[in-house]
Amino acid sequence: MPIEQETRLAEGEAAEQAQQSRHITSPSLKGNPDELRDLEAGLDKLQSDAHRKARIDWARIVLPIAALLVLILAWQFYVSLGFKRRDQVPGPLDVLGQFGSLWAEGKAQEAIWTSLQRGVIGFLISVAVATPVGLLLAQVQPLRRAFGPLISGLQVLPSVAWVPAAIIWFGLSDGTVYFVVLMGAIPSIINGLISGVDQIPPQYRSVGKVLGASRLQMALQIVLPAALPGYLGGLKQGWAFSWRSLMAAEIIAVGGTIGFGLGSLLDQGRTLSDMATVMSAILAILFVGILIELVVFAPIERRLLLRRGLLAGSTR
Amino acid sequence: MPVVLEHLGKRFGDGAPVLDDVNATIQQGEFVALLGASGCGKSTLLNILAGLDQPTSGALEVPSDGAAFMFQDSALFPWLTARGNIELALKLADKSGSLSKASRAARAGELLDLVHLGGAGDKRPHELSGGMRQRVALARALAQDRQLLLMDEPFAALDAITRDLLHDELERIWKETGRTIVFVTHNVREAVRLGQRVLLLSSRPGRVVAEWNVTEEHRTDAGRAGELTGTITRRLREEIRRHAN
Repeated sequence: MPIEQETRLAEGEAAEQAQQSRHITSPSLKGNPDELRDLEAGLDKLQSDAHRKARIDWARIVLPIAALLVLILAWQFYVSLGFKRRDQVPGPLDVLGQFGSLWAEGKAQEAIWTSLQRGVIGFLISVAVATPVGLLLAQVQPLRRAFGPLISGLQVLPSVAWVPAAIIWFGLSDGTVYFVVLMGAIPSIINGLISGVDQIPPQYRSVGKVLGASRLQMALQIVLPAALPGYLGGLKQGWAFSWRSLMAAEIIAVGGTIGFGLGSLLDQGRTLSDMATVMSAILAILFVGILIELVVFAPIERRLLLRRGLLAGSTR
Repeated sequence: MPVVLEHLGKRFGDGAPVLDDVNATIQQGEFVALLGASGCGKSTLLNILAGLDQPTSGALEVPSDGAAFMFQDSALFPWLTARGNIELALKLADKSGSLSKASRAARAGELLDLVHLGGAGDKRPHELSGGMRQRVALARALAQDRQLLLMDEPFAALDAITRDLLHDELERIWKETGRTIVFVTHNVREAVRLGQRVLLLSSRPGRVVAEWNVTEEHRTDAGRAGELTGTITRRLREEIRRHAN
């Protein structure tokens, strides 16, 4: 087939060919360099993505609010049926009222602030510890084989199980709370980072090797950024584990020098059989979790995926 | 410094040899097309030349500073812009750390201009077309500033028009930079279009079984080029048919 084409070309254009160009196997492209540049520029324009304009996506804001309203209405409807005593199952307005009075006393702010501060500090310490450890485990095979199963196991172990041990070691102090938070968050961040590294296309490492990256450069300039989506997943889970572990620790360990957090508020509500306080605390815990996801993680994740072209067609 | 392969062999584990007794010498500044059917060990040979893989037998002489490599898919890092990819290559190649950030940026700009992508430096790989990505990959390979450039079917996945364009572009850049290029392909026309010399690699085990010089006459006379393409195609098909039974 190629032979025929070439011969036909030779018959038709041979004379013109000899003068015009040295290139013989791409007859369609013969022309002066400027024409080629234009052709190339035209192709580039045709084939690369047109820039899309960013605009506010109202559905993203309206839909979650609508879903929340539906749930609250359902709650109110259930309460108004009167199956249970009002002090056992308070309605939305009762809880709101109770939260309002807790706020007025300053108790709500204190609890939220104390817990949030601990959660964030504990999480940041976990990130600082887990990132180098995770990278090391992911990059060094003997270490990975030795400690991998243990780390996976630690992730499965509920961090509440550490509370009794922590109380014996650290007493009723902030040390107990932080210990439990770290034991919850560190393994899950390490695991997230490792699985992120495992999913890197092998070619990236080949490229790194060909480009002459040292071991450290490979880890920091190629492996870590390549594993970022998985790492971010690990961070999200790590935050979730921090926050849960913190609540567990605060509910179980009350008193001593441990400050007054949301978990403590929850426990106080239980002791006083004050269901509205309990519900207020639960909702506050939930909303802090949602707020962190919406304000911190969601924008970072969106940006990360968008920059890598991974967002097209997703339901985010 | 020439690239010399002597009795080079490669087998994976206990399997049949992938490469067996490969002999070739590639002169400095030469453009060699390495032709073979799929699965003949072309990529393995290239990986060995690049130092990504080790031969199991034979001797190999490559420039001591290694080789630049261009992959079949661009293998650009998706978290960096086109310019960022090139700058990273410059940074990793710069062992002594003598290149300042500004001069790195300037060099990256020059390389982007060389592949006619001066305006697309801030785009990310997913925003570029396949041809543009390969041009960035070419610029990145050139950023390594090594004499030997290895290319593993870099244009195989591109449409015909883009491929023809990139052939012209690669030829121009080869002439401008004087690199030694080993270009792996399974496309005979591409091999004749680009190479000064075409080496045919047999399949299972891979071995250099024939070679042709592409002379200036082939470049200016379409008839002669067609003839050569025909000869090589027949020889390649013969080589593949040997495996029918």
